[in-house]
Amino acid sequence: MIIRYSKDHEYVRLDGDVAVVGISSYAQEQLGDVVFVELPEVGKTVAQGKEAAVVESVKAASEVYAPVSGEVVEVNSELEAAPATVNEDPEGKGWFLKLKLSNPAEFDALLSEADYKAFLETL
Amino acid sequence: MSHADDTTPLLKTPLHAAHAALGAKLVPFAGYDMPVQYPTGILTEHNWTRESAGLFDVSHMGQASLIGPDHATTARVLEALVPADILNLKPGQQRYSQLLADDGGILDDLMVARPLDPAQDGTLLLVVNAACKTADYAYIAARLPAGVALVTHEDRALIALQGPKAVDVMARHAPGTADMAFMSVIRTTYDGIPIGISRSGYTGEDGYEISVANGDAEKLWNALLAEPEVKPIGLGARDSLRLEAGLCLYGHDIDTTTSPVEGALTWSIQKRRREEGGFPGAARIQRELKDGPARVRVGLAFDGRAPAREGAEIATKDGAVVGRVTSGGFGPTLGAPMALGYVPTAMSTPGTKLDVIVRGKPLAATIVTTPFVPQRYVRKTTAAKGA
Repeated sequence: MIIRYSKDHEYVRLDGDVAVVGISSYAQEQLGDVVFVELPEVGKTVAQGKEAAVVESVKAASEVYAPVSGEVVEVNSELEAAPATVNEDPEGKGWFLKLKLSNPAEFDALLSEADYKAFLETL
Repeated sequence: MSHADDTTPLLKTPLHAAHAALGAKLVPFAGYDMPVQYPTGILTEHNWTRESAGLFDVSHMGQASLIGPDHATTARVLEALVPADILNLKPGQQRYSQLLADDGGILDDLMVARPLDPAQDGTLLLVVNAACKTADYAYIAARLPAGVALVTHEDRALIALQGPKAVDVMARHAPGTADMAFMSVIRTTYDGIPIGISRSGYTGEDGYEISVANGDAEKLWNALLAEPEVKPIGLGARDSLRLEAGLCLYGHDIDTTTSPVEGALTWSIQKRRREEGGFPGAARIQRELKDGPARVRVGLAFDGRAPAREGAEIATKDGAVVGRVTSGGFGPTLGAPMALGYVPTAMSTPGTKLDVIVRGKPLAATIVTTPFVPQRYVRKTTAAKGA
């Protein structure tokens, strides 16, 4: 499985033509303790760069932007009862949603893991 | 509330280096570079304060003394600016009040204490908000008669120790502090360091606020941190703790557009002052006390888990917008979202069902009494501990 990152700190893990989307370890660290996650409805179409979900920490609410365009085929409803999973395992059990890609070229244009790490160094 | 703009260098408290050494995340707050959290994070800090004792640097707040020839003279001067009964403060007693504008709007909220020591008769100790302190001092100073002076204490730091085990720490190191009543002040020492201390705070827990010379601040901070019950707590948890306790944050829940009656702070205006008036905006405030204010600050509880933040609109079930949220977030101890906001007085009865609009969607909310989490102040002098 290939993983890519956006400069907004979302990750996309490609599994066939389905993309698993969540927020990076860096993003959850910046947010702090997550207390609420709002997920989109299955079947909704999201466009790259537009709001796909909302994550709230004790401090503030933040939008999660769709790093790639596509149709929502599944959401991680376990986050509703256990939002802290986003902090504990952001790039594993703390995933937000799965998208069926509508434009695979968008995925290829995202940052590789090495490029994302280099990008974090500049922040 | 005014904030320093980007070009103004941030001020530092005497504990700035200590926060950095602890790995704090520092953010601009009221013109100061302040710790919003330490590496363990806001939830852990919040819970530690509720279970043990949390240490807060609140040195950005303004400490000042109003000094006159005798208590009655100084008290009457302050009573011309605040609606609390200052005249009848007993030596060593502290009270919460508000600095009022001529229209009855709140310029700031503050703590006022009468020192215990008869040698300080005629002095009142003030603690005001950091973001307001410059304006407060100018406002007060411009209204002083000859013989009464305002002296600011930029040479002093302020440290809060809050939580159920704060008393155990203080009992071991600071003579006379364990038996202090809630909202009382004394002068004593902590391991020999001179301190002025009040039994009060901003978390809903038992605890203390400790005034110390800038030069002793780091020594006192480190001594307190060395105690097993004590961990450092940032402004993030300070906010979630005070909101659970139903306490107002100036510039958010109360400001120049709200009166103390609208702000549900009537409890802080003692009977003599309600009847006599004699404070700025007295006509409006007495009218609101008699007829009820047009709107009032309330607490809101939610059916779901989504927090409503400051600025969210409060609406009737028919969709009519009737107010807005002034503070809101997720209560770690409450385990649910909570908010403060203003609604028309007719809709302020606990149990009233309303909606709060978050991201365009109505969240079902209910008016509730505050605090959201019961306060655990020490209400009277505790029995002396075993020898």
